[in-house]
Amino acid sequence: MGRVLAVIIWLLTLGSVSLFFVKKWWFPTAISEHAPALDRQFMLTIIVVGLAFTAAQIGLGYMVWKYRETGNRQRALYTHGSSKLEVIWTTVTAVIFIGLAVMGQSVWASLRFNEAPAGSFPVEVVAQQFQWNFHYAGKDGVFGRTDPQLIDDSSLNFIGLDDADPNMKDDAVHSVLVVPVNRPVELSLRSKDVIHNFWVPQLRFKQDLVPGMVIKVHFTANTVGKYELACAELCGQLHFKMKSYLLVLPAEEHQALMALPQEDFQTKVTELLTKYQLPAY
Amino acid sequence: MSGETHAEVHRHPAPTSFIRKYIFSVDHKVIGIQYILLALVAVLVGMTMSVLMRMNLSWPGTNWPILGTLFPGGAPDGMMTPEFYLSLVTMHGTIMVFFVLTTAPQGGFGNYFLPIQIGAEDMAFPVLNMLSFWVTFVGFIVILSAIFFSGAESTVGPIGGWTGYAPLSAVGQIAGPGQGLGMNLWIISIAIFCVGSLLGALNFITTLLNMRTRGMSLMRMPLTCWAWFTTAVLALLSFPVLLGGGILLLLDRVAGTSFFIPGGLYISGLLSGTDARFPIHTGGSPILWQHLFWFFGHPEVYIAILPGMGATSHILSTFARKPVFGYRAMVFAIFAIGLLGFFVWGHHMFISGMSPYSAMTFSILTLSIGVPSAVKTFNWLGTLWGGRIRFTTAMLFAIGFVSLFVAGGITGLVLGQTSLDLPMHDTYFVTAHFHLVMGVASIFGMFAATYFWFPKMFGRMMNEKLGKIHFWITFVGVYCIFVPMHTMGISGMPRRFAQFTEYEYLKSLHPLVVFVSIAAIATVLIQILFYLNLFWSMFKGEKASQNPWDATTLEWNTTSPPPHDNFAGVLPVVHRGPYEFAVPGAPNDFLMQTDPEPGEVPAGEGSGNGHDGHKH
Amino acid sequence: MATMVTSTKQLPQRKSGGGSKLPGSNGRSGKGNGHEGPFPEYDSTANRYRIGMWVGLASILMLFTALTSAYIVRAASSNDWKALPMPRILLLSTAVILLSSATLEYAKRKLKASQESGYKTWLLITTALGLGFLASQLLAWRQLVGQGVYVATHPHSSFFYLLTATHGVHLLGGLLALVYLIVRTSKPLDESFQAKRLAAAGAVGIYWHFMDILWIYLFLLLFLWR
Repeated sequence: MGRVLAVIIWLLTLGSVSLFFVKKWWFPTAISEHAPALDRQFMLTIIVVGLAFTAAQIGLGYMVWKYRETGNRQRALYTHGSSKLEVIWTTVTAVIFIGLAVMGQSVWASLRFNEAPAGSFPVEVVAQQFQWNFHYAGKDGVFGRTDPQLIDDSSLNFIGLDDADPNMKDDAVHSVLVVPVNRPVELSLRSKDVIHNFWVPQLRFKQDLVPGMVIKVHFTANTVGKYELACAELCGQLHFKMKSYLLVLPAEEHQALMALPQEDFQTKVTELLTKYQLPAY
Repeated sequence: MSGETHAEVHRHPAPTSFIRKYIFSVDHKVIGIQYILLALVAVLVGMTMSVLMRMNLSWPGTNWPILGTLFPGGAPDGMMTPEFYLSLVTMHGTIMVFFVLTTAPQGGFGNYFLPIQIGAEDMAFPVLNMLSFWVTFVGFIVILSAIFFSGAESTVGPIGGWTGYAPLSAVGQIAGPGQGLGMNLWIISIAIFCVGSLLGALNFITTLLNMRTRGMSLMRMPLTCWAWFTTAVLALLSFPVLLGGGILLLLDRVAGTSFFIPGGLYISGLLSGTDARFPIHTGGSPILWQHLFWFFGHPEVYIAILPGMGATSHILSTFARKPVFGYRAMVFAIFAIGLLGFFVWGHHMFISGMSPYSAMTFSILTLSIGVPSAVKTFNWLGTLWGGRIRFTTAMLFAIGFVSLFVAGGITGLVLGQTSLDLPMHDTYFVTAHFHLVMGVASIFGMFAATYFWFPKMFGRMMNEKLGKIHFWITFVGVYCIFVPMHTMGISGMPRRFAQFTEYEYLKSLHPLVVFVSIAAIATVLIQILFYLNLFWSMFKGEKASQNPWDATTLEWNTTSPPPHDNFAGVLPVVHRGPYEFAVPGAPNDFLMQTDPEPGEVPAGEGSGNGHDGHKH
Repeated sequence: MATMVTSTKQLPQRKSGGGSKLPGSNGRSGKGNGHEGPFPEYDSTANRYRIGMWVGLASILMLFTALTSAYIVRAASSNDWKALPMPRILLLSTAVILLSSATLEYAKRKLKASQESGYKTWLLITTALGLGFLASQLLAWRQLVGQGVYVATHPHSSFFYLLTATHGVHLLGGLLALVYLIVRTSKPLDESFQAKRLAAAGAVGIYWHFMDILWIYLFLLLFLWR
């Protein structure tokens, strides 16, 4: 019985580890500046985790194989432990674990401990149940005033733009996020109703949109293309359909798009959505 | 002390009426079994829900005629609606976490064995104990009623996940299906559950501090008792916080207050304050709910797993025929886990909008909690090392617990890092992590406990052959279910999606999804074998002796099942630590806690603490 | 409690430390086991009531800690916080509950001195004061309602109603305990019953004083800290 158990534990370990090793199902290719560092930290962590997991399971299998009850009437080893061992393994794990925790802060710090660099491309994001609204400042670079009192979904004023504000004349609101490549993007995240979450797997980036709060985050996308954008916080019935796209455009194409008046903006984005293809998965 | 022995024996008579004996019993053993039965019913409901969810995820758009018949609203034409699926998610989580993982390990086995293992004849407050069960029971009825009273909304309960994040859970009907009466019932059920758990925790702590028998010093207690005690302390300090949060949430829903609801919300075409269906709200903080919830929610994880750890230590030692390796380290590790458990709740909220600096602090504290967990694992391996392992079903499940605890716990090193939470948060990686460690590992601990203590509880043995089949398939099954979920999460698959059909990047994962579902259905089906074994053995199992496992602790010092007052009026006296196996020079390979010093045994020994299977 | 009849009389006298002669448990030989000093007082009802009461109070304390942190966070997180004018009658509430603590102490002293009727009288007075406190709290609510301040009016009023109600419910529990003590005065006396009664009165005393202090704390939180 002990040997069967040992073999099964080892086989399960082998199966589990190989699933991580073959990487058939793995991260989609990253497209953001912070992603390589993040992926490296992930790989480092997963290697530590994998080694610890494998060592523990091999050890467990070894114990049940080696120390299964056999015919001889010898008694088990009489010991109550070893303070030396306790100290050693407590220290070693503490160093490794806390070391990982500290190393895990660097990407976080680069993204969250400072504001978006000057010259970032600003977008105001207003999420609502099952729909994304991205508000672009347009040519003048100034966002038109918004007010919750003015929100009216039935007349398609999803974010409550104030018509009376001259700054809004060149603004555009669209359900697709269009950003320039290799330039920092600053998102001001808001929600109209419940908590949503901005999630683009390729960006390795996630942030809740919390009603009543404006949360500013920033990232830099470095690969042109079209990517799926999802809501990753349960927001109600059609949560699984709260989908949009992230378009990362070359600087000129992006600039040209932002200079378009509202109506042309809409048609151009639709055009771009067909021009660019999703990455092959 | 020898001079103060009391001459007379006066025993509490067992109640004779059926109701006092089995229904409103104040006997901790009956209450323990009641808790276990409650968990056995609840886990059936929870598992059924998980099977329904897997069906919907793997074969979307398939017509299941039986579903259409059973839930004409939730699955018209036999196809599940998204809201039906999401209500399954919520109810599965809530029922499993509260009514299975909190009741069976603590209320069930803890209630039954804590008093016996410390040599008490009952809990400190038997009536309170009875109340705690019946309050919990009412909580269960209320959560079940949510299944039926949400019927008009074509759901089987509220939509919010077991975490019920505000303001989705706070604004009411206008936020869509699953936000009506069902949500109120959900909150009320949890509040009731909190009260029941608090009464239980109070009882556990007092009993352990006040009712230990002679010689049962703290450091002579079985590790199970340490685990139950620490669990009770966690419950005592964390459930009130959830209760407080629940009251605030309910007030937001029914009294129009704004604890968690900010101003200026615009939901379903209505601006807050412009319509009777959506009264005016200002200034509430959605994140406040998350803090209150997770301040409870994280200790809750340890409430679920600590008793499993205790049972595993106990069973590993017994069947390795060897003292627990590093008893003191084990006790300190339990304490360290319990203590740190209160300072890591923020790791659920890295990307919630909380300050990134507090996120960093929480992250480092979180990875620190891995240290005592690793220490426990090392000591379990140390306990097996040099042992003479007997592979009973209980032992198999205990070894399985160690394997699964490592598998599930270790990915906490990934999720606990702020940076890595950016891609991993709210994906199947998280689902895999917590199901393995707090779900499956805890349940394995409880399976081990069931096979181990069943003879004591019912006076009959469980069928070992069926038990072993149950173990093999379940063990392989849970690995097949939850390991692939990690890679789904790495690929970016979000939790709580009713379907994966909308996203291109999720389509390549479909074979994995189907594989997991098949493994899940097989694993669930094999549990029928466990139920059959359990109930068949209760009535038809081979008769159990007083100490069938040659174990050492006090519960094996009394009859199987124990009499109404546990030790037939003769409380045992403890002479040594709990895990004295393989003592050199001792006549047997185990010394019971009650055995007097060898060599000093006066003639006629054994009259007071007779135990069979132990011959001098 | 069943008395303990054990096999101890047949056992040799324990050595200090109570350890086993064999290499003892927990990796120590002979020592380190059973260093608890005297054995736990198994029969001590008073101990059990007291421990149970303190443990219970710890959980009540956690509930109010949670509500307090919600109060502080909520007050700081928005600009809709309006201070509630203090209903004057709360001063009366405070005086009444303080007085009730004193009368309960007096009742306990009577019990210790075995003055049955005095004990009962002072318990009744305490109960009446407790009821008076609740009535005064209700009047405060009515005053506020009269001014058009309801639970949802603004966050401070929400917290005021919530905290006073939660405290009131707990105090009601204390009143039930007092009634229980009063009912038990009519039972005939014997020694063990007297001990049990002292234990119960002691536990109820702890609870009642805790409710008293809790109210003072809430009062300061609500109207001084704001």
